[in-house]
Amino acid sequence: MKKLLINKTLKQNLITYGIVIVAYLVIQIMVSLGLVSSLLKGLLVPLCVYAILAVSLNLVVGILGELSLGHAGFMCVGAFASAFFSMCMKSTNMPSALRFLIAILIGAASAAICGILIGIPVLRLKGDYLAIVTLAFGEIIKNIVNSLYIGLDEAGFHFSMESTMDLNLSETGTVIIKGAQGITGTPNDSTFTVGVILLLLTLVIVLNLIHSRDGRAIMSIRDNTIAAESIGIHVTKYKLMAFTISAALAGVAGVLYAHNLSSLTATQKNFGYNQSIMILVFVVLGGIGNIRGSVISAVILTLLPELLRGLNDYRMLIYAVVLIVMMLFNWAPKCIEWRAKLLYKFKNKKTAKEAE
Amino acid sequence: MSFIQYLISGISLGSVYALIALGYTMVYGIAKMLNFAHGDVIMVGGFTTYTICSTLGLHPIIGIIVSVVVCTLLGITIEKIAYKPLRKASSPLAVLITAIGVSYLLQNLALLIFGANAKSFTSVVSMEPIKLADGQLSITGETIVTIVCCILIMIGLMFFINKTKAGQAMLAVSEDKGAAQLMGINVDGTIALTFAIGSALAAIAGVLLCSAYPSLTPYTGSMPGIKAFVAAVFGGIGSIPGAFIGGILLGVIEILSKAYISSQMSDAICFAVLIIVLLVKPTGLLGKNIQEKV
Amino acid sequence: MTLLEVKNLSISFGGLRAVDDFNISIKQGCLYGLIGPNGAGKTTVFNLLTGVYKPNEGIITLGGKNITGKKTIEINQEGIARTFQNIRLFKELSVIDNVKAGLHNHLKYSTVEGILRLPRFHKIEKEMTEQAMELLKVFDLDGEADTLAANLPYGKQRKLEIARALATKPKLLLLDEPAAGMNPNETLELMDTIRFVRDNFDMTILLIEHDMKLVSGICEELTVLNFGRVLCQGKTADVLNNPEVIKAYLGE
Repeated sequence: MKKLLINKTLKQNLITYGIVIVAYLVIQIMVSLGLVSSLLKGLLVPLCVYAILAVSLNLVVGILGELSLGHAGFMCVGAFASAFFSMCMKSTNMPSALRFLIAILIGAASAAICGILIGIPVLRLKGDYLAIVTLAFGEIIKNIVNSLYIGLDEAGFHFSMESTMDLNLSETGTVIIKGAQGITGTPNDSTFTVGVILLLLTLVIVLNLIHSRDGRAIMSIRDNTIAAESIGIHVTKYKLMAFTISAALAGVAGVLYAHNLSSLTATQKNFGYNQSIMILVFVVLGGIGNIRGSVISAVILTLLPELLRGLNDYRMLIYAVVLIVMMLFNWAPKCIEWRAKLLYKFKNKKTAKEAE
Repeated sequence: MSFIQYLISGISLGSVYALIALGYTMVYGIAKMLNFAHGDVIMVGGFTTYTICSTLGLHPIIGIIVSVVVCTLLGITIEKIAYKPLRKASSPLAVLITAIGVSYLLQNLALLIFGANAKSFTSVVSMEPIKLADGQLSITGETIVTIVCCILIMIGLMFFINKTKAGQAMLAVSEDKGAAQLMGINVDGTIALTFAIGSALAAIAGVLLCSAYPSLTPYTGSMPGIKAFVAAVFGGIGSIPGAFIGGILLGVIEILSKAYISSQMSDAICFAVLIIVLLVKPTGLLGKNIQEKV
Repeated sequence: MTLLEVKNLSISFGGLRAVDDFNISIKQGCLYGLIGPNGAGKTTVFNLLTGVYKPNEGIITLGGKNITGKKTIEINQEGIARTFQNIRLFKELSVIDNVKAGLHNHLKYSTVEGILRLPRFHKIEKEMTEQAMELLKVFDLDGEADTLAANLPYGKQRKLEIARALATKPKLLLLDEPAAGMNPNETLELMDTIRFVRDNFDMTILLIEHDMKLVSGICEELTVLNFGRVLCQGKTADVLNNPEVIKAYLGE
């Protein structure tokens, strides 16, 4: 009996990986046949970035059952930490593949550390309070990055929170992080292939975690914290674990994002709370706790504004309407009831026809 | 002397936050939802007044009245179409996301109608600044009107909630919707009324916000909206005096940190203070602490 | 041999002394009942024993070890497991996963082993499944192992809660109104199960119950609580015939 269940989850997981791999192959074939517009080509890496973000946020929102609105902050940390590293290593003769691999690890680690530092004090809060505090942390991170100046010369690194002048660099020194202007000249190491590999890796980590002893502990906290404590599950430890892994994966998405652009700045649009909310939209629309759904909705919602590009000014308006309608359709109890009725009627007709 | 000047502008900004936060906190306290579109209702209020006063050239009072009516109707409509169907949804996140959708919708509608360029808003307050201490201190008319409005509205709201039947119904709905229904309270009507009041407050806040900071874009409401939300949480979300205190404190902290620490980091400092307050007192300054019964 | 020894346990909420000078001594292997009118403080005693509340006064010892003031998690690891008056299952987990969650501290593998699906993951998960299925069989739930806990009928949810508590391998099992909401047949069946658990798992059980048939049917000893104080203590038959107890229950 249980064997069957394990096989069932394994099958479901394999389907998820399969969808990603097939989509990757199809797009690669289309690209080689010249069927993909340059606009869409430019979206391939961001698609992976958003899919990773959605999957990792779903670990907190769907599996741990806590609302976080600061996910873009962790992405920001990963992006800047890794881009900083890559900039420092750019002039050395380190092979680019190795440099990117280390950059990814640095991005993940730095975001994870932030996750732990934020998680320890914050995870005692519940519900909307946790949401607002994570939002606040995201904004703080963005704000700090925006006023951070780091330069490098023979004497080593120079830091400042004021201006480039304040760094006191020697003449040969270079400024790596220029406050609100961010980092320019990051090597473009991100490719669609790397993005898909990282997405698959994220999926493996998250799905395997969910279907393991730790995942069970995390979900038991979600379903009933008091009962989880009563059977000896360490609530803080597992909350922190889910939060940290999620942050680390968001950091990886940040690395991918940073190395896809030649200039990296922290704006309201890419690392602000709007972005965090956008990722949450992916998660909720794809189904809370549904990992495959997160990937699919991240892809659809990222492509949607581009597909509507022909409609110019109306596209974001339509996007908003589609979002509201989809939410009502998916979540309103009356709509769910109506859909069930419709399905029932449809099935009845089918069986009636077959009976004839 | 400059410190007092900063303090005054802090209180002025804080009263705008407080006004918005009052609306936020009412809606949260009664409907138990974070209305992310609240900030955009403010923007709608601003644009309505702008259209009436600057484009049509009518008297500011008419502008304010029309904008209150428009926002109230808008609030009720949004609640009816986008929020009410999801009130019994299996996850509270559903209505949060819909609110985000509504926020996008309002922003992009405004973008289509008014364009992305900032409009300069003519202040509705025609009062000369008051000079104190030989002209070293100056308090603008907007500041005085905003603070007075804010205090009057807060007192009015507290009176309404504690002394009227409709207000008592709101309290009952916020405690327990099911029980309120059984006691014969019209829950849907009460929640709609809450949204109406919250949106009317947003309209007034919008007019005052734009009078004090006269640049109006489709995104005008979004950051003050978030800040006001922070203020509401700060003071203890659901508590009316809490929203007032939270708003004023947030405004003062923001202006003072801009003046004395770093203008870049002022937002970060505001948020950091919020975090510290919540860590020390997890339900905000005046929030009620409710423990789960085992 | 005494397993649980509680001395002078007290807790106040505001000005109310919810439990006042509570004493109890439960022998290893005993089926012990805690009864009393509504609001007498029975569940509060459970919450004190399991560390949900910290007592103002008093000492709790389990198997000779002082466990007063410890956290819920530690107390579970010391050997007390419980069920709840208002059922607290992991509703979105399957029946078997609820029990496996109970095995959390007894069968372990690391996070990395879990994520990388190393051999130890498969070995331990298999062991967990076997142990969980064995427990489910005791409660006749093995047929519904893959059902979501939320979809179980009420009576079975209560049983699953007991199975989950047993999975933590406790020395003392606390049952908070296990028969609440059950029909007479289900209650009879539950009585058999509780006896079976006591005999086969070598368990000591303390239960809160209002169903007098169940209490008189299976409990060997009783404590009656009234207004937070012990009204009467002793062998079941003696306690139930005590005029004070009858007065507390039926009024004058």
